[in-house]
Amino acid sequence: MKVIRCPLNGPRNAQEFICGGEVITRPGEDAGSRPWADYIFFENNSRGVVREWWCHVASGYWFIAERDTATDEFLGTWAVHEVFDSGAEGSR
Amino acid sequence: MNRLPAPWGSRLDRDRVVGFRFEGRGYQALAGDTLASALQANGQRLLSRSFKYHRPRGAWSYCGLDANSYVQVGDCPSVHADELEVHDGLEATAQNVWGSLQRDYGAMAGWLARFLPVGFYYRAFFRPRGIWKYWEKLFRRTAGLGKIETATPPGEYDKQYLFADVAVIGAGPAGISAALTAADAGASVLLVDQEPQPGGSLNYARFQRQRSAVDALCGSLLQRVEAHDRIRLLTRTCCTGWFADNWLALCRGNRMYKLRAGQVILSTGSIEQPCVFRNNDLPGIIPASAAQRMVRLYAVSPGHRVSILTANQEGYDVAQDLLEAGVEIAAVVDMNESPVDAGAFEMFKGRGIRTFCGSTVTAALAARGKRAITGISVARITARECVAPDHERVDCDSLVTSIGYAPLAQLACHSGGALIYDDEIHSLRLARRPAASQICGSVNHVWTLESVLCDGERSGRRAAGAMGFKVDDGPSIELDPAAQRMNHPHPVFPHPKGKEFVDFDEDQTIADLVNAVADGFGHPELAKRYSTTGMGPSQGRTSALNALRIIQGARAEPLKSAGLTTQRPPLRAVPFGLLAGRLFEPERLTPMHGWHKAHGARFMTAGLWQRPGRYGGDDTPAEKIATEVAAVRERAGLIDVSTLGGIELRGPDAALFLNRMYTFTYLKQPVGRTRYLLMTDESGSVADDGVACRLAPDCFYITTTTTGADDVYRNMLRRNAEWGLDVELVNVTSVYAAMNIAGPEARRIIEQLNSDIDWSAASFPYLAARQGVVEGIETLAMRVGFVGEMGFELHVPWCQALTLWERLMACGRDCGIAPVGVEAQRILRLEKGHIIVGQDTDGLTMPAEAGLEWAVKQHKGYFVGGPALAQRVAMGVSRKLVGFRLLDATGVIPEECHLVMRGNEIAGRVTSVARSAALEAVVGLAYVLPEQAKVDTVFEIKVGNGQRVQAQTVSTPFYDPDNQRQKM
Repeated sequence: MKVIRCPLNGPRNAQEFICGGEVITRPGEDAGSRPWADYIFFENNSRGVVREWWCHVASGYWFIAERDTATDEFLGTWAVHEVFDSGAEGSR
Repeated sequence: MNRLPAPWGSRLDRDRVVGFRFEGRGYQALAGDTLASALQANGQRLLSRSFKYHRPRGAWSYCGLDANSYVQVGDCPSVHADELEVHDGLEATAQNVWGSLQRDYGAMAGWLARFLPVGFYYRAFFRPRGIWKYWEKLFRRTAGLGKIETATPPGEYDKQYLFADVAVIGAGPAGISAALTAADAGASVLLVDQEPQPGGSLNYARFQRQRSAVDALCGSLLQRVEAHDRIRLLTRTCCTGWFADNWLALCRGNRMYKLRAGQVILSTGSIEQPCVFRNNDLPGIIPASAAQRMVRLYAVSPGHRVSILTANQEGYDVAQDLLEAGVEIAAVVDMNESPVDAGAFEMFKGRGIRTFCGSTVTAALAARGKRAITGISVARITARECVAPDHERVDCDSLVTSIGYAPLAQLACHSGGALIYDDEIHSLRLARRPAASQICGSVNHVWTLESVLCDGERSGRRAAGAMGFKVDDGPSIELDPAAQRMNHPHPVFPHPKGKEFVDFDEDQTIADLVNAVADGFGHPELAKRYSTTGMGPSQGRTSALNALRIIQGARAEPLKSAGLTTQRPPLRAVPFGLLAGRLFEPERLTPMHGWHKAHGARFMTAGLWQRPGRYGGDDTPAEKIATEVAAVRERAGLIDVSTLGGIELRGPDAALFLNRMYTFTYLKQPVGRTRYLLMTDESGSVADDGVACRLAPDCFYITTTTTGADDVYRNMLRRNAEWGLDVELVNVTSVYAAMNIAGPEARRIIEQLNSDIDWSAASFPYLAARQGVVEGIETLAMRVGFVGEMGFELHVPWCQALTLWERLMACGRDCGIAPVGVEAQRILRLEKGHIIVGQDTDGLTMPAEAGLEWAVKQHKGYFVGGPALAQRVAMGVSRKLVGFRLLDATGVIPEECHLVMRGNEIAGRVTSVARSAALEAVVGLAYVLPEQAKVDTVFEIKVGNGQRVQAQTVSTPFYDPDNQRQKM
């Protein structure tokens, strides 16, 4: 089982985490149906380094991780406020 | 028993004789024997029958690495006889036997072999279409090896976590020296070995020197291991898998350890490979290390007259061992043009032993019934896979082969390692190591004892260094020259009559592999699947190397470029019990659980929660439920609603946060009032519901559904991180318990309690919330209308809930209060037409379909699901959730998910249905087409037996349509 380094709890077993999907930008409210459909229903599912939401379930702590989907290697993890200055509004 | 004299047999306790049975016959063994060695001592070499041709097989590796030794022990199939320690009363039987082990009718398959070519199954039994199901019955009977006893009582299996700076897999000389070096540097070390005693080859190999020197070295190393307080030694333990980030599965008896190691040192050693010639699979033909284990560990001889086929020094070592033990040697056949050990060669010659150079065994001569060999046929090697026509016969009853090894590096491949063929050493080599690991000893192709110990130290030093312990560089090590002389480059000798086995598990011969290539399945991965070579229990440990040589030869491709088959965990068979471990099914219980139980509650599971479904035991459940329903409608009922999720929100942005999470508006919700909560997901589908209670301008207490609590809370935490609003969330589900007292008498009962809350309708109206002290308990009381009667939902600290519950039951006795379970509650809410999220909604339900559009404030600004909802509403609804009543209340009652029909088209489905005593009707909720949603429309429901029943759309609530009773 992999070890994931949680910014709050340190290295923990991957079993304690869930992935919340890629960090993607939320369309504006009036963006129309196409951008919203893409945002809601489509995953980029890209190969290579992606930025994702992860949650340490036991502590309910969400953070941002960079992961290489080709090798499943975690390149780094950060507290949300380190990534988004004043909240991540506008992104999922 | 036929034993060599002491000191041969280091594992034996010659004073303790134990009795055991094999195939129904009684035998004697010595304490310390394995089943295989004990049977060998009793002259019984034959242990099993092979999978396909039912050929007789005896123990081969003598260390549990091949499937020839599989036997059945009681209800446990496929136990390695060469690993199983004999104990008094042991009963074992042979596997895969049709008839008896001695006379097996399945062996007739061997005569049919020419009609069973490679890929036979795929070609013969799948055409014409559908024919397979006829053949399958026959094959099912012959497939598989042991017998699973389905009536086996459950056993105790455990799992345990372990942690170590350094894990050393394999406690041979390399592993031990690595463990000692790492531990000396300060690392905590876990040393794992499959055998009952650590030491590996130190226990049986000759290492070209006086055995006493090896014995002394082994003793002192083991003493140091035992004395070291940073080394933990686990024997009889098999590492069956190496997973990401050095997560190792260690199986030992009935326990599986899950080990997390900082560094892993792979010192698993090597496994000898068979020489491929005719009848090379018969009992009595064993590799050199097996012969050495037999004589040194168990004091049994491989035979009375033994021949030796060798390509390296170890064959000479084993010959000298056998001579010292007094075993007669018939011949020594050296495959090299000039003898590897000229001195020993001459000595053998001088002692009258027949000696051959540049020659090989081309066939073993089978005794009648093929249960033993009577001799070997020897010829000069003229070229690769070619021998001279003149053969010499040597009479012997056993043949020991020493033609080389394959590294036991499979574990490393589980975790990203890769094997390649190395032309220098004629063997496989680990080309890529998993991260944070070291490799040493013979698995690293280091063979002489000095270099092995040195290699171990180097690994130990590197592992400790990587873990941050201070280590010096140590001496550098050159490639061990012995590595180049260990393996014969191509120990494969096709025979005109065939039966040269490459894979003993699957009875695959040279011809099978050559034909697989000819049939177009030449890539090693394809050849493996087409021929099944390497797919048996040994997983290619004894066949992959030779198979690769043959396949690449047949393809005329170089070995170096060969693609190797993938190794996957587990390394060896793991009992299901170990994988399952103990059943661990946590349950969540409310503080009133004991009370419910004492009152005959029958529980229902909701997520982890156990909730009382109904009270009063098993008899007449429908009547019991009806009585509970009547209690609420006519008098009063008390419902345990502690399982509802509870979340507290505090901060200036608490209301704004709710406004964004839920569809309704909360900015102007007054303090002391409750408001319905409806959550949609990003696609605008109903996700959860509950009640928000504003306790202060900056403080809300909200409830969620029982099963949705964890997801809702987790989702909120994420949104909170995203939005960066000034609000803090706490999941208080298990901080507060809750109960709902409802019914016309509810107020009269609750007013009997000591409290500072004014319960009157004037000061505590419907949908209000009040905080106060009730019977000395801090209480949050809300007036909600889920069951449609006047009632109070009381949220109190978990530990005090039972006290309040019991007080309410006591105060309500005169009024006829009754505890009410989930089943009655579901009928009560259905009579009110209230939906249950998850039962009456699905993953696509939008609020307007379920009649909840009143709870959506589309123009309040962004909320989760808002933009999608706006667009979906504009597209129109394709179905509606409506109330219905059966036209014939005495007929068949539909169930949840029965279909609503329009003609022969599916129009929707039933989501809830129940017989209502209050309404004297069968009512329910169903999704129907928008045109069927009009009140009084009659539609059909297709019930389980295909019959159709008539239903009529009615408006909800069914009961008390003006909601007067809940507002009283």
